Amino acid sequence: MQLVDELLAGNRRALARTISIVEDGGPAAPPLLAALYPHTGRGHVIGITGAPGTGKSTLVNALARSYRQQGRTVGIIAVDPTSPFSGGALLGDRVRMRDLAGDPGIFIRSMATRGNLGGLARATADVISVLDAAGFERILVETVGVGQAEVDIASAAHTTVVVEAPGLGDEVQAIKAGVLEIADLFAVNKADREGADHTVMALQMMQGLAPVPAGHHGTTGGTGRSHHAEAGAQPDGGWLPPITKTVAMRGEGVEMLRDWIELHAVHLRETDGLARREVARAATELDQILRDQLITALLTRLPPGHLDATLAAIARREIDPYTAGAQLLAQFS
Amino acid sequence: MTDRKIRVLVAKPGLDGHDRGAKVVARALRDAGMEVIYTGIRQTPEMIVEAALQEDVDVVGISILSGAHMALCPRVLELLNAQDMGDVVVLVGGIIPDEDVAPLKALGVKGVFGPGTSTQDIIEFIRQSVAVPVAG
Repeated sequence: MQLVDELLAGNRRALARTISIVEDGGPAAPPLLAALYPHTGRGHVIGITGAPGTGKSTLVNALARSYRQQGRTVGIIAVDPTSPFSGGALLGDRVRMRDLAGDPGIFIRSMATRGNLGGLARATADVISVLDAAGFERILVETVGVGQAEVDIASAAHTTVVVEAPGLGDEVQAIKAGVLEIADLFAVNKADREGADHTVMALQMMQGLAPVPAGHHGTTGGTGRSHHAEAGAQPDGGWLPPITKTVAMRGEGVEMLRDWIELHAVHLRETDGLARREVARAATELDQILRDQLITALLTRLPPGHLDATLAAIARREIDPYTAGAQLLAQFS
Repeated sequence: MTDRKIRVLVAKPGLDGHDRGAKVVARALRDAGMEVIYTGIRQTPEMIVEAALQEDVDVVGISILSGAHMALCPRVLELLNAQDMGDVVVLVGGIIPDEDVAPLKALGVKGVFGPGTSTQDIIEFIRQSVAVPVAG
């Protein structure tokens, strides 16, 4: 395929076009992804997530610069929400990444969620694969500003950085389930502001209270840890998420964060963490692909108007949705 | 199940920092169902074209109020053509004297929108100029 050959040869226009095709999800996408797949598996994927206003874009900008100083190439995917009303989106993350312009070792792509919940777009995992195949050594994925339950990034990234900022919540917020549990690393950004130490302490307290869940990322242990334990790789093969203070606007703490990311990458390789992450990632992807293909296959087998009639019947309470689903599935047998 | 959207880059080159017009247009295009990549102020033509390439946009909208349009626009078009991106629709908004409109269009600018333009006109212009099948 010419597009694939051009992409693999380093043609950025071909890369951008391929991403569009993959993002639009038409029949041209699967053959492209199939041709690119043998070239994937080399880049380390880093998710950057956190509430709106914590400084994710600025931190991505600073991290990318830091990686470039080490000579590593960086692909960036910045996800912003699609309006549920108009279907349009305003993608503004590049505003804070202007330092990166003009560097051929950087490629930035903005993505709209296009109706997907969970903090990423449906096609984000595929776009990660495209950037990976194109040879980017580090792939930074910035999620939408998340609340407490948008955790898709954990299955798309190797290392997930949860960004916090002072004054956004208290200890009770820190104990809540969800986004905080997917962190491999915490960045307390805007750490020059009042309350940064308080935020760090709240996160440390949470870590002291909670047993590190078994099977979570690189962690194997299920035992509780005191917050006095040293962060990072644990003797039992587990991983206690380090907490780093950053001021992304001035680049402070960013090298430390980058070094922790690299240590986590090493930890994943040295334990069975990486293999398990890759299997989990494959499971998520295959699950979505199977659902899409099964639904498409089913809908193409139905006589015209059958689906609308079924929906109307459910709405009129003539049939329940489970029975209707079973009847539709009978088309396959 | 293609999910094609019109993608528009809205950029503000040059040294003036008045980006309200650009933001109003960006918002209106979003509300019309387009995906708008907003790059902010003080963009060089090189930055604009690089972003347009990476984002694979259908349209580049440039807002200029500084009077530098006859310097900036030719450079953007030249760089786009150098990247084989001559099919990208280039629009210019802002303060553009009437006598400059024809020369800009001769260079390849598809539309020029001055003060008082209704955002609906811009939306319609983009929809008619972008020759791609678009869902939604």
